[in-house]
Amino acid sequence: LQIFAFLALMCLILAIGNGIWEYDKGYYFQVYLPWAEGVTSAPYSAFLMFWSYVIILNTVVPISLYVSVEIIRLGNSFYIDWDRKMYYPVNDTPAQARTTTLNEELGQIKYIFSDKTGTLTQNIMCFNKCSINGKSYGDVCDLAGQRIEINENTEKVDFSYNQLADPKFVFYDHSLVEAVKLNDDATHRFFRLLSLCHTVMPEEKEEGNLVYQAQSPDEGALVTAARNFGFVFRARTPETITVVEMGETKTYKLLAILDFNNVRKRMSVIVRSPEGDLTLYCKGADTILYELLHSSCDSLKEETTEHLNEFAGEGLRTLVVAYKNLDEKYFQDWIRRHHVASTALEGREDKLSELYEEIEKDLMVGSPFPAKLLGATAIEDKLQDGVPQTIETLAKASIKIWVLTGDKQETAVNIGYSCNLLNDDMTDVFIIEGSTSDDVLNELRNARKKMKPESFLDTDEINIQFAKSSNKAKLLPDEQANGVYGLVINGHSLAYALEGNLELELVRTACMCKVVICCRVTPLQKAQVVELVKKYKKAVTLAIGDGANDVSMIKTAHIGVGISGQEGMQAVLSSDFSFAQFRYLQRLLLVHGRWSYIRMCKFLKYFFYKNFAFTLVHFWYGFFSGFSAQTVYDEWFITLYNLVYTSLPVLGMSLFDQDVDDRWSMLFPQLYVPGQQNLYFNKIVFVSCMLHGIYSSLILFFIPYGAMYNTMRSDGKAIADYQSFALMAQTCLLIVVSVQIGLDTAYWTVVNQFFIWGSLSVYFAITFTMYSDGMYLILTASFPFVGTARNTLSQPNVWLAIFLSIILCVLPVVGYRFLKTQLKPTPSDKVLLKIKEAKKRPPPPSPKRRLRRTSTRRSGYAFSHQHGFGALIMSGRNMRPKSPFATTGTFSPNSDKYKHKGL
Amino acid sequence: QEAQTRPSRCPDNSAFKQQKLPAWKPQLSLASVLSIFFVIGAACLAVGICLIVSANSVREIEINYSDTCSDCSTLRENSSNWNKECYCSADFILKEDMLGDVFMYYGLQNFYQNHRRYVISRSDVQLLGRDVNVENSYCTPFTTYENGTPMAPCGAIANSIFNDTIDLFYNVNSSVIQVPLLKTGNSWWTDKNVKFRNPVAQNLSSAFAGTARPPYWQKPVYMLDEEDERNNGYINDELIIWMRVSAFSTFRNLYRRVSRTGQFADGLPAGNYTFYISYNFPVSKFKGKKYVILSTVVWSGGSNPFLGIAYTVCGTAATLTGFVITAIHLKLRKEKTYFQK
Repeated sequence: LQIFAFLALMCLILAIGNGIWEYDKGYYFQVYLPWAEGVTSAPYSAFLMFWSYVIILNTVVPISLYVSVEIIRLGNSFYIDWDRKMYYPVNDTPAQARTTTLNEELGQIKYIFSDKTGTLTQNIMCFNKCSINGKSYGDVCDLAGQRIEINENTEKVDFSYNQLADPKFVFYDHSLVEAVKLNDDATHRFFRLLSLCHTVMPEEKEEGNLVYQAQSPDEGALVTAARNFGFVFRARTPETITVVEMGETKTYKLLAILDFNNVRKRMSVIVRSPEGDLTLYCKGADTILYELLHSSCDSLKEETTEHLNEFAGEGLRTLVVAYKNLDEKYFQDWIRRHHVASTALEGREDKLSELYEEIEKDLMVGSPFPAKLLGATAIEDKLQDGVPQTIETLAKASIKIWVLTGDKQETAVNIGYSCNLLNDDMTDVFIIEGSTSDDVLNELRNARKKMKPESFLDTDEINIQFAKSSNKAKLLPDEQANGVYGLVINGHSLAYALEGNLELELVRTACMCKVVICCRVTPLQKAQVVELVKKYKKAVTLAIGDGANDVSMIKTAHIGVGISGQEGMQAVLSSDFSFAQFRYLQRLLLVHGRWSYIRMCKFLKYFFYKNFAFTLVHFWYGFFSGFSAQTVYDEWFITLYNLVYTSLPVLGMSLFDQDVDDRWSMLFPQLYVPGQQNLYFNKIVFVSCMLHGIYSSLILFFIPYGAMYNTMRSDGKAIADYQSFALMAQTCLLIVVSVQIGLDTAYWTVVNQFFIWGSLSVYFAITFTMYSDGMYLILTASFPFVGTARNTLSQPNVWLAIFLSIILCVLPVVGYRFLKTQLKPTPSDKVLLKIKEAKKRPPPPSPKRRLRRTSTRRSGYAFSHQHGFGALIMSGRNMRPKSPFATTGTFSPNSDKYKHKGL
Repeated sequence: QEAQTRPSRCPDNSAFKQQKLPAWKPQLSLASVLSIFFVIGAACLAVGICLIVSANSVREIEINYSDTCSDCSTLRENSSNWNKECYCSADFILKEDMLGDVFMYYGLQNFYQNHRRYVISRSDVQLLGRDVNVENSYCTPFTTYENGTPMAPCGAIANSIFNDTIDLFYNVNSSVIQVPLLKTGNSWWTDKNVKFRNPVAQNLSSAFAGTARPPYWQKPVYMLDEEDERNNGYINDELIIWMRVSAFSTFRNLYRRVSRTGQFADGLPAGNYTFYISYNFPVSKFKGKKYVILSTVVWSGGSNPFLGIAYTVCGTAATLTGFVITAIHLKLRKEKTYFQK
């Protein structure tokens, strides 16, 4: 827009100049050149001239700019599609740029909003480690007892002895299998528990091919683990559970399921074994379960705790399992009371949980059957490959990551730690979980007070700014916190925080934190959060997700990225870019985004420069030609300049240029920062390239002018005719802009060479053709420049003037650029220097090591988020009859099968 | 085998698609920058000095005869005196011989030949000798007379042709010798042979039948040079040169060349000379000036020292910048080592 104001200003100056000239000189010059028809006064002529100059000078913003921009965007989108490093071979998915208009914004991302499930994590749980009776299994040790990294070459445990094993299950520690095979009692009990205590539904479509339908993937993982170690959960009826224990089919009577809920954080089953023993198996969160344990297992508790801490430190989700033998008499009593309670009309829930508590607890002092600790399990919520590294890299590129998830707070925080979003190096992690608007406000304020106490002073700029005009939405500048902070906010509190008056507090506080995790958020809230940041921050946002619940967020953010994963295509369809793995995000941003941004900036800078240099020559000539809108160049040159002579080299540059190659831009994420601050193309840069263009146009006009003034050709003929001058000026211009693009190009491929040299030779070829005799005789009116090229370009002083203008236009640029990097290096210059030095050494191996976290915090328990299905299973209602005749579970084919197998 | 039957969506591993085309990555290093500056500086200085030396060897005489002949100037200001003749002479002394080819130019100042409406006011097709309806050209208002007779040549450029006649006399030993001047061979070969052609006819006057001279002309186009068939009509050198409009409002056009015969075989000897001018072209009305110039030429053209000075300045600046960069670099390096200690 400013450019149009600039254009209008130039035209106005020239029009006024014309008015004065016509008044002062043109009026008297009418002897030889009468005013055009209808023009009666100088002001009127000036008015007409204004529009003439609008036509001539509008080449500062040519149409070809828009066309070229589109071509560049398209090209860069194709690069994304073509990138093999963003191709996921497992499900044959290449990255895909679904919109072509946003590439350069990929280089300016400041906020990433990420979904958790399916994006950061694979939504696959796998049984990773366990601790049984004080012994930890799951790590692979070499002969010296040293832990070794698990990689693809590590030998997997062979489960072939178990025909019902799930082939997808992977475990590395052989000692556990040994323990199972040795009939170790505790180990057997451990796995028996895992195969009994759950609410998983089995499905056996064909003999030996079991599929588990688990309510939560954690449970599925545990049951699968038990299955592989030889305790195969085979079938279930409302009253029984069939388990194949080390090849031997056993049917347990299921007497009660003491279901999971959020308060209890544990579940138990009471079963009667075929031998007739009554046992209660329980699994749950360590903190809860430890309370219930009998004091006799204190030493075991300590060991297990140690293991638990270790597991938690690795970001695994842990559960503690315990069992208890029950007294027959007591149980009968209990089950009666249970029945009464479960049919009670009032306060059923409370009564039930009281009962549950009672039986799970080791209440009865001196009971012959104390609750015994068995061990602990550790489940890995499998992150997608490379997620922690990606997040670390993105954080180094000072991109702020917000995780918006529907999960519970514990789960979300746990994942936050395991994928390196949160870590112990952080100064503090604030948790906002207030349930009233005031609580939330206080919590937010306290957090901000801690991060930046001075932001509450009246002198703070932002406070002043908002005091002035409170009701208008304004852009907030970035604030710097005094440390690295994380913020966890609950969906409930978020609902309050998103209300009008708290919005601002939320944005100010949250944007100071490096990481924000919002848990239990609805899809709508996801979009609201994105909207909020978009509203108050001048920043480009990116949302990444895979499921239908992320669609709103993806659509709201500037850039939406869809993970084309398991959860269907909705996210991909509404996204701008899609690929299969979260880790490709770093390549998309740091490599493709950065390149696209730099290329686009270089393109714009050069394009404006070349058109300023081109157009402003007319402006200067106006002062010498009576402001008569006489063009400097041949009309054909004006037509072809943007179209043919200069379009390809700049396209070549902006399609192929790379300042550093992809490896380095990944190794030095700091290189991404200038893009976020939009340092490569902003008003200052624009003005500077405008000034550069003005300088060049001055040189391009006055050097030929000076060289032609009152002199003659070497054969004595006059030199300063209009056509020679035009040819000289346009040749100067074209060579100067070609050299300039040579300077700007950092990456000279064959194509660049071809385009630049090609364009120059095409210029000379076309010029000589158009100025040839034949063309003149065919189309006299169109090619009046006949013979100019031959006659003018044979003159030594013409060439000397051309060389002089090139030197004068280019040398200062060279000097300026060099001195700038020497005297005032920008941070990215320093990085580039480092890279230059590093290039002399062989490149370091990219860090492959898996990050070891030393966090000591206890991770969350592995349970589903909702109330369990225990009651449903016990009722048998979910045992859908597959045959249309059967109406109850007992007649279903499933239950028939049990009978065959030895009920 | 499965991978072969089912086309994989995996992108090709070509250097182009993976953006790994081999490339030359030049960078501004200290060595290259310094060498650029010093080499260019030295080269510019050398060229500049050569240019200055050669421009200084050019001998040039310039006489403003619109001032000298002020009587004629005032006479011409009134256009009703157009048919009155006015002669005027300008003396000058040549202190040194002008050796080699000597060229005679007329110079005009403040004459806006580069005005857009002036520049387009011509018909190239007509000047090519083709039969054309000049009404369709940009020649207005010098297209046709009121009775419909087209002007030949049409347009403001042709109409305003420079029509002074300048003769040069050499005064030696109280006798006056007219310096022989060549009036052909002064224009570009392409103009004379390609761009301008006379209409084909038995003789010139019949070729231009049905047309009339432009209003400011004293004689029709086929009488521009009645002595030389090859210099008459549209292919008259003076017309051709005038039609090649100048880029600026101050310009000089080649008028005559000194014929190197007899006494003037080596150029113009030193002595007293007189320009004898038939003053027809009015300029004082638009504050214009007229000059007559005698000059020799060298390889780099005339006596304009601009290029030479510009090159010298540019060379000096480049060399100085080279030194400045060296100094800055040395200082920075010192600081660096200082900090490292």
